[in-house]
Amino acid sequence: MAEKKSLGKEFTKGLLIENPVLRLVLGTCPTLATSTSMVNAIGMGISASIVLVLSNIVISALRKVIPQKVRIPAYVVIIASFVTIVQMLVKAFVPALDKTLGIYLPLIVVNCIILGRAEAFAGKNPVIASAVDGLGMGIGFTAALFCMSLIRESLGAGTMFADAQNILSLFGDNVLNGFNGINLFENAVHLQPMTLFILPAGGFFVFGLLIALANKLSAKKGLPKAELHGCEHCPMASNCSKLAEGKEEATV
Amino acid sequence: MSDTVLNKPTVSASPHIRSSETSTGIMLDVIIALIPAFIAAICLFGPKSAAITAISIICCVLFEFISRKIMKRSNTLSDLSAIVTGILLAFNLPVSIPLWMIPIGAFFAIVVAKQFFGGIGQNFVNPALIGRIVLMVSFPGAMSSWTNALAWHRDDIDTVSSATPLATLSELFKSRTIDSIDASSLPALQSMFFGHRAGCLGEVCAIALILGGIYLIARRVISPAIPAVFIGTVAVFMFIASKGNIYFTLYELLSGGLLLGAIFMATDYATCPIRLKGKIIYAVGCGIITAAIRLFGSLPEGVSFSIIIMNILVPHIERLTAPRAFGEVKEKKSGSKEAKQA
Repeated sequence: MAEKKSLGKEFTKGLLIENPVLRLVLGTCPTLATSTSMVNAIGMGISASIVLVLSNIVISALRKVIPQKVRIPAYVVIIASFVTIVQMLVKAFVPALDKTLGIYLPLIVVNCIILGRAEAFAGKNPVIASAVDGLGMGIGFTAALFCMSLIRESLGAGTMFADAQNILSLFGDNVLNGFNGINLFENAVHLQPMTLFILPAGGFFVFGLLIALANKLSAKKGLPKAELHGCEHCPMASNCSKLAEGKEEATV
Repeated sequence: MSDTVLNKPTVSASPHIRSSETSTGIMLDVIIALIPAFIAAICLFGPKSAAITAISIICCVLFEFISRKIMKRSNTLSDLSAIVTGILLAFNLPVSIPLWMIPIGAFFAIVVAKQFFGGIGQNFVNPALIGRIVLMVSFPGAMSSWTNALAWHRDDIDTVSSATPLATLSELFKSRTIDSIDASSLPALQSMFFGHRAGCLGEVCAIALILGGIYLIARRVISPAIPAVFIGTVAVFMFIASKGNIYFTLYELLSGGLLLGAIFMATDYATCPIRLKGKIIYAVGCGIITAAIRLFGSLPEGVSFSIIIMNILVPHIERLTAPRAFGEVKEKKSGSKEAKQA
């Protein structure tokens, strides 16, 4: 019973309390780069989540075999293998998505969220808990990307789910009657979208606003803000190896 | 530090020397200094320019009021800074701008650039310029469609859109044909001086801006250092770039938002250095970036970007030019920490 409860906690913490993008401020590069369109954001979120869950499982299973000193290269090898598999699958089944995501798909290898979870969680916890942690973090990452791209695409390009067929083509031709996005400004004669939100400056602006919102929501739960306070205030502080090094006696 | 000094009843918190100047008074002076340019804008671009200015002011004041209310901070409408921001934002817009874009610019100016960072005196960049740049980046088409001055007087045509002198100058420089500058592609220098040309509302009439600047300097609201050095740096660079062509230099000085930016926006108290040395470094930086963007950039105008970039560098300039405290020994490179602690 107790274990079940903690599993649920491992899952939900990734959604808001330890949301990788908005609370841990990890994976900023793919977040800013792929959140210009909702389809890209969803594609990126799902691909990264798959890699995250699978690498968490394997790293957790091998955690007693991998020597402490070479753990980071070992993690990267495992992550890179899964990224290669996911990239090949995306190339084969949703080639349009592969084209628009471009370099950011193979760059999942060096995504801080995946390496961060491997280091902070999967390397120390059992397989099932690690899988659940990866799933929660992956959904949290995808949700943050989705919120950001929703704001950026609708305000910046005036569309929603543009080029949705890029992903929907996975399920066959003309799914959902060939739904390919909504044009919000179709009937607007004078109004036009604000290009700023598609540009990097607008990306940082939306990113900052969402971090502020996540801070506000977690402040209601009495949690510390995601601010520059030093390591000990980080939401991951409880299982961070760098902090543990300071008090060597505590670990092992 | 001895306790006896601190315990004396006559000791009070600084500042000990107070000035009778208030934020409200200074902002009122700035508004007065902007009036000539406002009148010129109405004469040159018609009543619509008054409407744009009014909408911009109303939006800025409203956003200031609402955001202070939401953030549960004291009401700061009475310092008039929101009105100044509103006027400056309007002066940075072309007359043909669709009116619904103005609130967006005002929102970014007041809420994002100013109130997010704590309100008046806390903004790290000039609010009106942020409003302008957001609109410029978001709606490049609307923000760079220019109407010729005095076109609104003529009944036979609605608007005459034309290139700004700055765009023409940039073309001339890039095609290396500066010597053909006297050709009919540019308005006469005296039209440039009185504002009979295409451009933003407040930037076209050089004489009105200079009058406003003289008023501000005479009232000691701004020091002449920033405008003079800013404009001087641009002049030197343009003179060198055009291999000594005085016409080209003069056109560059009178066109675009250089005078408006140098006199009214680069001198914003919260975003420019305090000491003279810092002011000079800041203004030279503004001038160099403006000249570089105008000559080599893809955009014809660089005044707003140059001021924003230098605004961001102001804290570093301040640190470089911080005065030494009385009796402080100049730090030596080696062993400076020990010297300080001793």
